[in-house]
Amino acid sequence: MPELVKVGMADAKVGTAPATLISYGLGSCIGISLYDPQTKVGGLLHIMLPDSTQSRANENRAKFADTGIPDMLNEVLKLGASKSRLVAKIAGGAQMFAFANATDIMRVGQRNAQAAKEVLASLGIPIIGEDTGGSYGRTVSIDLSSGVYKVKTIDKGEKEI
Amino acid sequence: MSDDVASLSANQMDALREIGNVGAGNSATALSQIINRRIDMNVPRVSIVPLGDVPDLVGGPDVMVVGVFLRVYGKAPSNILFLLPRDSAFYLVDMLMGKKRGETQKLDFMDESALMEIGNILSGAYLNALFNFTNISLLPTIPALAMDMAGAILSVVLIQLGQMGDHALVIETEFNTDDEGIKGHFFLVPDPGSLETILSAVGVE
Repeated sequence: MPELVKVGMADAKVGTAPATLISYGLGSCIGISLYDPQTKVGGLLHIMLPDSTQSRANENRAKFADTGIPDMLNEVLKLGASKSRLVAKIAGGAQMFAFANATDIMRVGQRNAQAAKEVLASLGIPIIGEDTGGSYGRTVSIDLSSGVYKVKTIDKGEKEI
Repeated sequence: MSDDVASLSANQMDALREIGNVGAGNSATALSQIINRRIDMNVPRVSIVPLGDVPDLVGGPDVMVVGVFLRVYGKAPSNILFLLPRDSAFYLVDMLMGKKRGETQKLDFMDESALMEIGNILSGAYLNALFNFTNISLLPTIPALAMDMAGAILSVVLIQLGQMGDHALVIETEFNTDDEGIKGHFFLVPDPGSLETILSAVGVE
């Protein structure tokens, strides 16, 4: 049985095949994976917020897109990934409750997705799979043997991106 | 640590537990009257937990729950979340709608509306008791409902807290009907700034 590594909220894990990295129950958070198909090195990051400069508590860098993604990039490079081969996939960013007068914080899922894309673009890493938005939770995992990123939901089944 | 919640004294924790006690006691009575069953309630837990560990309080981030969420406005803005495991929520709907136990297998519009109303009543009862105790007047918004993974539902509250710190202060009470058919968790999660207001209102600063 290949190793199953749990990634908590505001947390990141990196590893190599045959490990699978998994994060349970994402709502407005985003699960961002990086993967190098040749060395089979990858990582999974579970961010909660788009921007560390907008927050009073930014010690935990894995909480934010702008700090968490570059940190994970450094970690996968240390494990032998090549930046030119890295590809990214992202999922999450739902809005769990629909309110008539949704405030900014209610739309944080959308802002998280936007921030993740911008940060990845600025690092020059292509996004080859995406499943964001909606109003439902997701459990996400990446199998480092194949690079397959699975998204499990309760009502919408399971898919690979 | 930058969190203000990470440094509460034993006295302050006791005061918060007492707030949870009167609030949840009032809510449990209200629920008991609606469904005409005895409700047992545990001593409220006041915990300061890393944000990522909050879903473990209800059995883990991937447990299926129904959540009723209310934002609370006033001098001590907070969030209220009433979480029921899916089967408990279905059974509660059976009772509210006069159906046989086990009849509800998914939630239609009316069922959701009934559960939101329960969330409304429980929150009102909770906040009333809190007002009697602290003299802080708090008003809940219209409830919103979602049925999904606990982690996903809790993330709504946790992300708000995440802007200010890495820990959550949760005042949590578990309800049980006498036949064990319904278990529920009632969470009051004060915004970081609200904690001081609540504590000073009960004279524990």
